[in-house]
Amino acid sequence: MENRTFYNEILIDHNQHPGHKRELPDANLILEGINPSCGDDIFLHLKVENDTIVDGSFVGDGCAISQASADMMLDLVIGKSKDEALHLADLFRRMIHGEITEDELDELEEAGALQDIAHMPARVKCAMLGWRTMKEMIEQE
Amino acid sequence: MPETNRNQENGKYTIEEIRRDFPLLQNTDYAYLDNSATSQKPVQVLEAVRKFYETKNANPFRGLYPLSEEATEAYEDARETVRAFINAKSTEEIIFTRNASESLNLVAYSLGSLLFAPGDEIVVSIAEHHSNMLPWRAAAERAGAKVVYLECAPDGAFTEEMLRDVLTERTRLVAITQVSNVFGRKNDIRRFAEICHERGVVIVADGAQSVPHMPVDVQELDVDFLAFSGHKMLAPDGIGVLYGKKKWLQKMPPFLSGGEMIESVTRDKIIYAELPHKFEAGTVNAGGAVGLAEAIRYIQKLGFDWIEEREQVLTALAYAQMKEIPGVHIFGSEDPLDHHGILTFTVDGVHPHDVSEILSASKIAVRAGHHCAQPLMGHLKVGSTTRASIAFYNTEEEILRFTEALGQVRRVMGYGK
Repeated sequence: MENRTFYNEILIDHNQHPGHKRELPDANLILEGINPSCGDDIFLHLKVENDTIVDGSFVGDGCAISQASADMMLDLVIGKSKDEALHLADLFRRMIHGEITEDELDELEEAGALQDIAHMPARVKCAMLGWRTMKEMIEQE
Repeated sequence: MPETNRNQENGKYTIEEIRRDFPLLQNTDYAYLDNSATSQKPVQVLEAVRKFYETKNANPFRGLYPLSEEATEAYEDARETVRAFINAKSTEEIIFTRNASESLNLVAYSLGSLLFAPGDEIVVSIAEHHSNMLPWRAAAERAGAKVVYLECAPDGAFTEEMLRDVLTERTRLVAITQVSNVFGRKNDIRRFAEICHERGVVIVADGAQSVPHMPVDVQELDVDFLAFSGHKMLAPDGIGVLYGKKKWLQKMPPFLSGGEMIESVTRDKIIYAELPHKFEAGTVNAGGAVGLAEAIRYIQKLGFDWIEEREQVLTALAYAQMKEIPGVHIFGSEDPLDHHGILTFTVDGVHPHDVSEILSASKIAVRAGHHCAQPLMGHLKVGSTTRASIAFYNTEEEILRFTEALGQVRRVMGYGK
C-alpha cells in the first residue's frame, strides 16, 4: 500500500479538524479559488493591517488535500507580512514541483507534510489551491 | 470465494481463458473497474487492426487498384457487421464517426438545422452525459429554440408519465440515454419512442453504455437515432457509430464537408455522395472500423446471454458488499439488477478524489469526479462522486479486493477505528 503513507497524520488531522475553517466577519480581503475539474471550491478570507496578515480563514468544499493544505497555509502565514507570505507561497510551489532544499523545507513547517505530492501530478492543483488564491489576493491588492 | 461454474464458463471458455485474451489485464496488477470510461481490448481486435494495416491498407474509395478496393471492402464489411449487430435495415443507416460524442454532434447540428424553429422545445434528460446535452443546447441556441429538462426520480428512474408531462405542442425532439453512465439504470426506450412518435417527436438515444453490454435492436426500439462508441466495447479509440433512420438521414445536410462525401463538385455546384458517405468527410478510419467489427465478433462469440449474466452476478456481489460498509451510499436503484455494472457512490466525510486515491493504493482503478454529467450532480445535490464500473472480464476476486479496500477508506482518513 505504498501511497497510503501519503495520507499521513498531519494531513488527516488538518482535514478533519481544520482550525481555520470558519467565517471571518472582519476580513478585508476575500477571494474564491476553484479547481473546476475536481470541484474544489474555497473562499479565502484575510484580514490585513499595515501589510501584516493579522487573521485569516477559509470556507468551502474539496478533497482532503485542498482543505488540509489551505489550513496549514493559514497556520503559517497568520502574523506574517505580505512579503513573507508570498515568499512562503513560492517555497510551497517549489516544494510541490520537487525543487526545494532541506533548509527551505523547514521554513514550511507542517506544510512540508505535503511534499510527496510532487510525485502525484493529478493532485498538485489540489495542494496549490489555497496558496494560489492567497498569492492572487495579495498581488491584486 | 469460488466462482460458480455457470458463471465461470460460458459453455466454451473459462474466465481465465477470456482474461488471457486481454493483454492489459496480464500486464498490470490493477483491478480495472473503470469500464464505463473505456474498455480493455482483446488481442483478437489488436491483431485484426494490425493485419489490416499489414495487408490491406490503402485509402478506401480513392484508388482504382486492388489494394484500395480491398481496403474499401474491409471498411464496408465492418459497416455490415455493425448493421447486423444492431439490426438496422440497411448499411445506408450506419455512419462511422469518431465516437458517440461526434455522432450526437452530427445529429444535433444537421437535423437541428432542419427541424428546429424559434420557440420549439428540445427535451433532454437531466441524467445525460454532456455529450448528449451540450450539442442540443448549442442547437437550441442556433435556432432560437429552448431546452427543457426531463427530471428523474431520486433513484434515477424515468417513467412514461414523466415523459408525457414534459411533451408539449412545441416539442420537436427528445434526447435520452438508454443506460445512464451514473445510475446504470436502463430506460424503456422502446416505450419512450412510441410516446414520442404518437406526437411526431423525434427520439435520439445515447447507446454508449448499453450497446457494449446488452442486445440492442434499433428496429425493435424504433429509435430515430442511436449513438455509440467503439472504445467502450473492446474496439480501438477513434471509431464510433451513428445509426439513423434513412428517412431522416436522406433529408439532413452534411455535417462536415470535404473529401469523400461528394459525387461531384464544380465551381458553382456540389452534388453530395449517397448515404452513408454523405456524412463521412475525409479519409475514413478503416483500421478502427475493422477493429470495431472484430470487437463485435468477439462479443458475439461470448454471447450477450453470458455477458449479461456474468455482469449481473459481479454487480450484485459488489452491491451487497458495499451495502455492508458504514458511510457508503450508492446512487440509484436498490435493486442491483437495475445497475448494469455501474455503481456510483459517496463515502461520508471523504472526497471522491481521496476515495479514488486510497483505492488506487490497493491497485484498484475507479473513476472519481462528475462523470461528464455536471447538471445531474447538481440535481442530486452532490459535487462529485466515485464510480466503479464492471465488465465481464472482471473477477469476483477483483470485486472483493475493491469492496475490502473501500471498507478501509474511512479508517485511512481518520474516521472510526
